[in-house]
Amino acid sequence: MSSPESGSYDATEAAPHGKPRATEWPLWEVFIRGQHGLSHRHVGSLHAADAESAIKNARDVYTRRNEGVSIWVVEAAAIAASSPEEKGPLYEPSNDKVYRHPTFFDIPDDVGAM
Amino acid sequence: MYAQMIKSTGKGVKSLDEMDPEERAFQERINAGGKIEPKDWMPDGYRKTLIRQIGQHAHSEIVGQLPEGNWITRAPTLERKAILLAKVQDEAGHGLYLYCAAETLGVSRDQLTRDLLSGKMKYSSIFNYPTLTWADMGAVGWLVDGAAIMNQVPLQRTSYGPYARAMVRICKEESFHQRQGFDIMMKMANGNEAQRKMAQDALNRFWYPSLMMFGPSDKESVHSAQSMAWKIKMNTNDELRQKFVDQTAPQAAYLGLTIPDEHLEWNEERGSYDFSEPDWEEFFDVLQGNGPCSVDRMEARNKAWDDGRWVREGLLAHAEKKRARKMAAE
Ligand SMILES: [Fe+2]
Ligand SMILES: [Fe+2]
Ligand SMILES: [Fe+2]
Repeated sequence: MSSPESGSYDATEAAPHGKPRATEWPLWEVFIRGQHGLSHRHVGSLHAADAESAIKNARDVYTRRNEGVSIWVVEAAAIAASSPEEKGPLYEPSNDKVYRHPTFFDIPDDVGAM
Repeated sequence: MYAQMIKSTGKGVKSLDEMDPEERAFQERINAGGKIEPKDWMPDGYRKTLIRQIGQHAHSEIVGQLPEGNWITRAPTLERKAILLAKVQDEAGHGLYLYCAAETLGVSRDQLTRDLLSGKMKYSSIFNYPTLTWADMGAVGWLVDGAAIMNQVPLQRTSYGPYARAMVRICKEESFHQRQGFDIMMKMANGNEAQRKMAQDALNRFWYPSLMMFGPSDKESVHSAQSMAWKIKMNTNDELRQKFVDQTAPQAAYLGLTIPDEHLEWNEERGSYDFSEPDWEEFFDVLQGNGPCSVDRMEARNKAWDDGRWVREGLLAHAEKKRARKMAAE
């Protein structure tokens, strides 16, 4: 199983006949939305046989103290992620676009709050 | 600590000049307080040491449920039972967070479990001691979780992102653990003569094993020096042990209990307590698997794994069947 955070490893066992079979439940990434209207946030991961039990397990582990009112689970293998090598080309172009920030503009005090 | 005697590369710490550009960039990022994330380049030794350390920490959380689980059915009141149950459930969660963090380094959960069950990987020495009376539930929360907190709080700043994030979650829950333990100790210490004796006896038995949790002095250890350079170890064992004693001695006095150390004394000059070292021979012996409960603990974990096999396989087979059915319907 491979995820944006994990490397790939061998989660199978050689079966006496035929092809090796999976022995480990797949990995799910868990996202939770708290009560205060913010977006779902990644809180961690867990193993479960299917989505239904992943949600139940997430409820048991990640919402023990009123942390949330909504749970998303995504099979880790289904997530596509940017790679660290691309960090430069992906994010650096925004560095010289200072005009994207409101502080770039000098608005006279007389104009009032803006 | 929950991770004791973790070996790193076995070599001394390289200077920046001795490193190739990749490793140098990695180390400079750590020096500047940056985080290393799973897909970033990292030296092999860093990865391997972290797998050992996080894995051992995770195993400790899981095996650590056994000495307390021992008292869930015998808690004195329904309220105490609910509290203890919640505490032990938290520990299962701590194990899970940590296994997940270790998995980001490319080891599988099943592999880590197999290595625990075969005895290849260790867990903290502290969980090889028995919990004989209800007061032990107090002593464990107060002292054992208290010692764990000493080490886990600084680890929230560790260089490996997933490990640091797991620690943040764990630390939020630990203060509940220590407080419920101290609350039990207060009740017992202020109870009748038999209860007070039980509380003192629990402190007597858990004091030195708690000091051992930090591991022997590692001032001269190359492993520790490397781990500290990598910021996967934040303090020396002696520093943390001293901090623990300084925090705990006044709490014992508050309870009216006596720490079983005739050399425990406030040292005005150092601004710290002087205290006796635990018996390190006992520590190494326990770590070798010769603790009073070592065999029981491993048997319990092996039995849980074997007995759970049909559940793991059954649910997997059921999930596969459902998936196949859904595919056929589409
Ligand atoms: Fe814990
Ligand atoms: Fe613990
Ligand atoms: Fe705890």
